[in-house]
Amino acid sequence: MTEVQPETARTSQTGIVRPFLDVRDLKIQFPTDDGLVKSVDGLSFSLERGKTLGIVGESGSGKSVSSLGIMGLHQGTSAQISGEIWLDGDELVSATPDFVRRLRGRKMAMIFQDPLSSMHPYYKVGAQIVEAYRLYNDVSKKVARQHAIDLLGRVGIPEPASRVDAYPHQFSGGMRQRAMIAMALACDPELLIADEPTTALDVTVQAEILDLIRDLQREFGSAVIMITHDLGVIAELADDVLVMYAGKAVEHASCRDVFRNPEHPYTWGLLSSMPRLDRDRQDRLVPVTGTPPSLIALPPGCSFNPRCPYAALTDGKSLTEVPPLLPTDGTAKHSVACHLPPARRRAIWSEEVAPKL
Amino acid sequence: MFSYIVRRLIAAVGLLLAVSLVTFLIFFLVPRLGGATADDLASRYAGKTANAAQTHALAKQLGFTDPVYVQYGRFVKGIVVGADYSTGPTTVHCSAPCLGYSYLTQNPVLPDLLNRMPVTFSLAIGAAVIWVLFGVATGVLSALRRGSVFDRAAMGVALAGVSLPIFFTGLLSLTLFSYKLHWFPAGSTYTPITQNPLQWAYDLILPWITLAFLYAAGYARLTRAGMLETMGEDYVRTARAKGLPERTVIVKHALRSTLTPILTIFGLDIGALLGGAVLTESAFSLQGLGAYAIQAIGSNDLPKLLGVTLVVAFFVIMANLVVDILYAVVDPRVRLG
Amino acid sequence: MKRRRTVGAVAAAVALVLGLAACSGSSSGSTSGSSGSGSKPVFNAAVGKVYNPSTKTGGTLRFANSGDWDSLDPADTYYGYSWNFIRLYGRSLVMFASAPGAAGAKLVPDLATSLGKSSDGAKTWTYTLRKGVKFEDGTVVTSKDVKYAVERSLDKSVFTQGPTYFNDFLDLQGYTSPYKDKTKDKLGLKAIETPDDQTIIFHLKKPFSGFDYFAQLPATIPVPEAKDTGTKYKDHVISTGPYMFQQNNLGKNFTLVRNPNWDQATDPNRHPLPDKITVQLNVNADDIDNRLLAGDLDVSIEGTGVGPAAQGRVLADPALKAQSDSAVTTRLWFTSINGQVAPLDNIHCRKAVEYAADKVSYQQAYGGPIGGDIASNLQPPVIPGAKSFNLYPTPGNKGDITKAKAELAQCGQPNGFSTSISYRAERPKEKAAAESLQQSLAKAGIKLTIKSYPLADYTKLYAGKPDYAKANNLGLIVYGWGADWPDGFGFLSQITDSRVIRAQGGNTNLTVRDPAVDALIDKAMTGPDLASRQADWVDVDKKVMDDAYDLPGVWAKGLLFRPKNLTNVFVTDGFSMYDYLALGVQK
Repeated sequence: MTEVQPETARTSQTGIVRPFLDVRDLKIQFPTDDGLVKSVDGLSFSLERGKTLGIVGESGSGKSVSSLGIMGLHQGTSAQISGEIWLDGDELVSATPDFVRRLRGRKMAMIFQDPLSSMHPYYKVGAQIVEAYRLYNDVSKKVARQHAIDLLGRVGIPEPASRVDAYPHQFSGGMRQRAMIAMALACDPELLIADEPTTALDVTVQAEILDLIRDLQREFGSAVIMITHDLGVIAELADDVLVMYAGKAVEHASCRDVFRNPEHPYTWGLLSSMPRLDRDRQDRLVPVTGTPPSLIALPPGCSFNPRCPYAALTDGKSLTEVPPLLPTDGTAKHSVACHLPPARRRAIWSEEVAPKL
Repeated sequence: MFSYIVRRLIAAVGLLLAVSLVTFLIFFLVPRLGGATADDLASRYAGKTANAAQTHALAKQLGFTDPVYVQYGRFVKGIVVGADYSTGPTTVHCSAPCLGYSYLTQNPVLPDLLNRMPVTFSLAIGAAVIWVLFGVATGVLSALRRGSVFDRAAMGVALAGVSLPIFFTGLLSLTLFSYKLHWFPAGSTYTPITQNPLQWAYDLILPWITLAFLYAAGYARLTRAGMLETMGEDYVRTARAKGLPERTVIVKHALRSTLTPILTIFGLDIGALLGGAVLTESAFSLQGLGAYAIQAIGSNDLPKLLGVTLVVAFFVIMANLVVDILYAVVDPRVRLG
Repeated sequence: MKRRRTVGAVAAAVALVLGLAACSGSSSGSTSGSSGSGSKPVFNAAVGKVYNPSTKTGGTLRFANSGDWDSLDPADTYYGYSWNFIRLYGRSLVMFASAPGAAGAKLVPDLATSLGKSSDGAKTWTYTLRKGVKFEDGTVVTSKDVKYAVERSLDKSVFTQGPTYFNDFLDLQGYTSPYKDKTKDKLGLKAIETPDDQTIIFHLKKPFSGFDYFAQLPATIPVPEAKDTGTKYKDHVISTGPYMFQQNNLGKNFTLVRNPNWDQATDPNRHPLPDKITVQLNVNADDIDNRLLAGDLDVSIEGTGVGPAAQGRVLADPALKAQSDSAVTTRLWFTSINGQVAPLDNIHCRKAVEYAADKVSYQQAYGGPIGGDIASNLQPPVIPGAKSFNLYPTPGNKGDITKAKAELAQCGQPNGFSTSISYRAERPKEKAAAESLQQSLAKAGIKLTIKSYPLADYTKLYAGKPDYAKANNLGLIVYGWGADWPDGFGFLSQITDSRVIRAQGGNTNLTVRDPAVDALIDKAMTGPDLASRQADWVDVDKKVMDDAYDLPGVWAKGLLFRPKNLTNVFVTDGFSMYDYLALGVQK
């Protein structure tokens, strides 16, 4: 029997077949002078290879923090992490930092919102890609460079052989984001996390980037997590959608269901507040009333209750109990965390909210 | 890049002329504005008991009775084509660039400057190597272990370093390490590096450490602040996201960016020091350009003063130029010109 | 990981440094260690007598100077320490004896066989040179070399720093400089005759009985015409003394080694002990004191004593104090009372100042008793023939306000008056003296406004320029004066003779304008014998004090420190510091 390697994560030994990425009750908290900030407060979801999960929510909902948590990028900070993150059979929360580090870039990669600040200004783009590649592949510089050129071509950058020696500031915004994607994909990661990759780009460029991500996913078969606050991006790319609020998942459904049959008041609010072309112009847009909660002092019970127009209909439960994320129809494909009974929710959606969209 | 350098060099010449002109004017106009005459100025260089005739003759000899522009013209001419000076029995020709003869010692100034440069250079460059290594290393460590005992201790020592005057730490270290413990030689010992490199280094260790202490302290604080800022940059996060080992992230990604502004400051610091580390040279009685400047000021000796001022200006200008070029080389976003 | 590497690097660096320290061994040539051959260190052991006498030769005598020479060229130097030191590499016609105390203030023949013979009513002076004296290159010294040396010292355009006594007293008849001399051997000055190689005759334009004091000036140190390079001569002065220049880095340091062509048989005055003499220039003053105290340096060449920081240490530690000497100097710190500024043009107002001044407080300003003794007249007692007297005695030297007010009444200012007092800005002691006078005079109603001026131009442009002083109401001027040499002429002439006052400034006589004083000075300069001349100088002193043109403060003292390895140490009254000719080192 082989020795247990000291830097191996806890593997699933019970024979359970887990999803490729399986997040169980993830909690990430930051102690500060003002108190304990509960950025992620019990998040659970899963993702299979080849699928795209869209995570949507406001600033402060915990979408970026949870993704950074999956990547292990809170290491060295004051973050307190509990729960489980299973990636392809390895549990990451209890693994050593070095083990998780060696997964980064190889098994899982991340692309960030602002490609100009996210790439080192002093090093050529090609060099940065080569650096990522040679970290996990023992090849000569020449081979690595060729691989970088290929990647740049693959992500749609014209004249990659000359652009490989350019500096990040010499690219336009869209091209730069493509280059960042190329860098993230250098080692063929199986999980790609895209944290608002198009927020900083023009709308036309946005479409190109989203197309690119979709193409690459099809080609490499990777799992993609798309973090965004933009419902249009979700509609375009996501297979499944996770709606987050105050560090928790409030609704998890297929993309279709989120847009056609949403069952959480927050989701209703998001959909209502989108400006739409296909209806008459209204005097005022309809935002979600209220402000996001303090993550230090979360409201008791359901975190959304101060802003929920239907809190009164829960017999006071939303003030005392945290609603668990439960399947709404028994299939676990559509889960909602709300105290309102499912039938009631569907009724409110079809009668009150949907007509107004 | 080439045309940029040429333009800067031409500007440098103009700047040096301007510096010399201003020094000249200060020396000559200010006392005259206070009512001093040419003879009054010359009496500074005449002996204790010179009479009126002797002082006036000296004033004529030194050129003080000529209008200021004639005197300055003479100076510039000396730089360009040289000048003739009388030693008494003979006349010697001081070849271009002639920075004049000292009013007091009646010796040419340029050879003095040249033979003091190695002392100042040795002092400045040796100390620079030490302070960059120690200062940057301490700053990086402090930043990485922010809030730790090491960080607090290092920054405390750094605060002492930038606060304590050099003539205090210099004399203190001489008293302790030279005269009490006899570990190091006394002040005013200097061996040229061409004569005996080991002895040269040994003689300079105390002055190096004293001077470096001051600067290392400042650089430690700068580096620490810079590192703290850089470590929070997005590209550092990206480097970690790529899976790079932490050491590579710190050195290749964070430190590289932190060092760029430090490079600018270093260039300016070393430029000024090459013109004379005045306080250190005084404390350790090293006969470099800084000590020369003090003697020139104390004895109102204009040719010496002009010589040193031009040397200092030259090095500062050159250091600025080199730093600007290096910055463009290091940071590809910077465009010259 | 990085931290371990850094710590390792630091440790390596420290090890390297210590290794270098070990390899390079101990400091070069220091002779520290046990005390002398039987002499026990005692405070003032070198005052008036020889401390640690020795005839042992060898070793290196190490000097340091916190500044730089004015010039090593004998024609161009004026500093007291330079005149003391120059006897090591030059022989003038006569010199101050290398002897302790008052004996050191006597002139003895050096190059000459005896002191000068005067004739023609002290207008002609003749000296005979010893035979067999050679330059360092073996050439024999003749009287013509002495004449040439004096001639070149006349050229104030080349040698700007030196004294002008020969310019002022020789019957030049228009001669300016040997560099403009058209005669074959450049010996065109008729005022000096050299009838043969051993004889030299000086012709003055006015009689002067103290000419021997001119004959001891470095200007009479012979200079070979063939090797005279003018302003460059100081790079390598050709020696006639027991030591010659081995190395000379101007502004940095120089080294003297034994002169093989110096013959002890021709020189009864010198017994050179060290084999080598090193002098470092422009050394940090505090560093010099620290080195002296640690034994890493032998002599602080300026001879003014240790600085205030070291002085505190020395006086507080009995072991260190036993190694120090309080040397009385020929320097007087005083305040001139300017008769050109009303109401000080009235003698009684001036006398009021003399009575009102608190001398004890004035002495405090200069460091108390260790800084100097309270002066009641001008000539420091250490000058041969000087007599102390007090025309304005006050109880405990603290001032007498009653007498002051009586004098004020007589000059028509019964309630006092206002005037300004000036001092040299860079001298904190002078500031303290001005403040002390401000306080003590205020008690008599005399109000002083204190003004400071830069040291460099004090006498040239401000207090020493009569018109400026008058225009700015400088009634009192804080000043100090050290004798060029220890005799009445050397001390008093420059500060009491009204005829040396120049309108364009640069004066050292700031206030004394009395034709009676001038007449007394003339008498003193031409008196027939030493005793009468000395009495005459005392009269000059008395008259100036009677005129109340000067308020004497303190006769300065310097605290000299002698490291343990010095031998043959004594203070000579000739220069008011250790005699540099006699010093030796023990290993």
